[in-house]
Amino acid sequence: MPRYGMVIDLDKCNQCGACVTACKLENNVQIVSKENAEMGRAMFWMKMLDTSYEGNYPDVRAVNIPALCMQCDEPSCIKVCPVRATFKRDDGIVAQIYPQCIGCRYCMANCPYTAKVFNWFKDEQPVENEKCHNIDVSVRPKGVVEKCTFCIHRLQIAKEKAKAEKRELQEDDYVPACVEVCASKAIYFGDLDDPHSKVSKAMHDYRKFTLQEELGTKPKVYYLSAKSE
Amino acid sequence: MDDHHYIDEDEVLFRPIYQTSKSFYVLAAALIAVFLFGAAMYVRQFIFGLGETGMNEPVTWGFYIISFVFFIGISHAGTLISAILRLSKAEWRRPITRMAEVITGIVLMIGGLHPIIDLGRPDRILHIFERGRLQSPLLWDMTSITAYFTASTIYLYLPLIPDIALLRDRGGKFHKLYEILSWGYQGTERQKHVLEKAINILMVMVIPIAISVHTVISWIFSMTLQPGWHSTIFGPYFVVGAIFSGIAALIIVMIVFRKVFHFEDYLKKIHFNYLGTLLLVMSLLWFYFTFAEYLTTFYGHEPSEMRVFLYKFVGGYAPFFWLMVFCNFIVPVVFLSNKKLKTIPGILIASIAVVIGMWLERLIIVVPSLANPRLPFITGIYVPSLTEISLLAAATAAFILGFMGFSKLFPLISIWEIKEGREESVRMVSERLNEYLPSKGHIRKEIV
Repeated sequence: MPRYGMVIDLDKCNQCGACVTACKLENNVQIVSKENAEMGRAMFWMKMLDTSYEGNYPDVRAVNIPALCMQCDEPSCIKVCPVRATFKRDDGIVAQIYPQCIGCRYCMANCPYTAKVFNWFKDEQPVENEKCHNIDVSVRPKGVVEKCTFCIHRLQIAKEKAKAEKRELQEDDYVPACVEVCASKAIYFGDLDDPHSKVSKAMHDYRKFTLQEELGTKPKVYYLSAKSE
Repeated sequence: MDDHHYIDEDEVLFRPIYQTSKSFYVLAAALIAVFLFGAAMYVRQFIFGLGETGMNEPVTWGFYIISFVFFIGISHAGTLISAILRLSKAEWRRPITRMAEVITGIVLMIGGLHPIIDLGRPDRILHIFERGRLQSPLLWDMTSITAYFTASTIYLYLPLIPDIALLRDRGGKFHKLYEILSWGYQGTERQKHVLEKAINILMVMVIPIAISVHTVISWIFSMTLQPGWHSTIFGPYFVVGAIFSGIAALIIVMIVFRKVFHFEDYLKKIHFNYLGTLLLVMSLLWFYFTFAEYLTTFYGHEPSEMRVFLYKFVGGYAPFFWLMVFCNFIVPVVFLSNKKLKTIPGILIASIAVVIGMWLERLIIVVPSLANPRLPFITGIYVPSLTEISLLAAATAAFILGFMGFSKLFPLISIWEIKEGREESVRMVSERLNEYLPSKGHIRKEIV
């Protein structure tokens, strides 16, 4: 059984934000109204975190890092869910069951990475936007929690395709949308347990770190940076 | 004939049931209006989603969870205090226990509803029974609150039976209801014995259940990794706070009913004096816990904890924090430790301050931690919406309405216990006293 994970090379990342956009479109993440966005209800599965600023005024440059669900090996969100609406699959992906969620938002309160988002309203998009909907991903109803799933629908499709072509699942068959669009190829994705995969090679780097290692949640999203965080 | 005489004696306790003043209807109508407005706002929230509230990311819990913790806290007034006073054979408990137990019953219903109001999908509430995970603190919570509600309602009902029998014997209004509810109680020796035994068993059972309820509520917070929540002291801290706010609510209710229904002869200065002292002790205990909690945080100086700490002490929530300290510590200590100020109005002021202060404490616990999550790059702000404010008003209205409704059906002061006290407590207490006083003869012998 593979153990899917991700490595983001911050030294390669030029902070263009393509991964954020791609993720939003790929997963039909709700676009909320301006007022709601200002209230702090903008929905992103992958977002850019403003971590620090470089340089002196007026030559200041914000340093952003792309952040998503860390797909922890010891996830604190699944511990507190009262109805098993979120769980860890055998391949390591922390998945959500939307029809099971009662919307108590306990998992959001217990996520140290603040990676989860809530559907405060019904998803109502202009008709034109419907053409952009990805038919492979269900639109979430109001009142449930959602988050990054490593584009789990792509895994499903890739598996089916490989089965139809009577072959094993190859490494490049399945990558999430953010990895696919990254222009500077800063994001690696694949099986962390496979020593030959790109991701596990990228992971064995002295620059490696994870966010909030000290909590023991064992994230499967690693960052690489020569600058100490 | 003897019975008849006794009823006359305590006629004032029956009066609220049979006489209703005009102002009662006016107040009830106003409160029902507030309640219905809240209900309408909830229906709106149910249709359009939780977006109607002021909650956002990362402040995903707001007024509803605050009210939940607050109201469940108030419920500790009741049963716990009445059980402890009964258990310790405090004679002055007699006119107090009933009101305390009623508070518990009403407030548990209100508080217990709040997590459901808070759900994004209340239509899926049955999933908790179908697919509930016992590993989740929310399930522990549901279990203990249901147990507490069951135990405390029975504990309210059992000591009510002799009084219902009295009402039944008077005939008139709601005769049928009283006949069913009194279970054929006639006051025979055997019935009395069984009733007393049942009350005794329940009162011992209720104390651990009550303590577990608020401990488990605190665990909802302290089991998470959030800074400011992840603390081992939270269990006892919440229990102390709950009893604290409970006593304050009880004193307010007692003073109001004493005034409205002319219970001056039953609720005397000494009752308020004793409860005031208890409130003072709880205030000091509350301060001790608060001090211990924040000193540890400050001394440890962990960055994520310190962000929450500073947010409370000097940041956005500083006005609320210091108002809480003022309401929960300074006001009660000033009013209750000073003989001149420890009058009934003074005790009322202290109690109102404590209720406000304890609500603020719940606010201080829930919001700042969520607004300053562990990952330091996201911070939140929380402003409650009209929906949340009107639901808080509706909950308060429901509390008062519940009491008003109860006062029209059952006596607010336990009549049979008053009677029993009048007849027997002097003898019982002096017997008990004689048991533990050293005998005179013994002393003389020693001296000689």
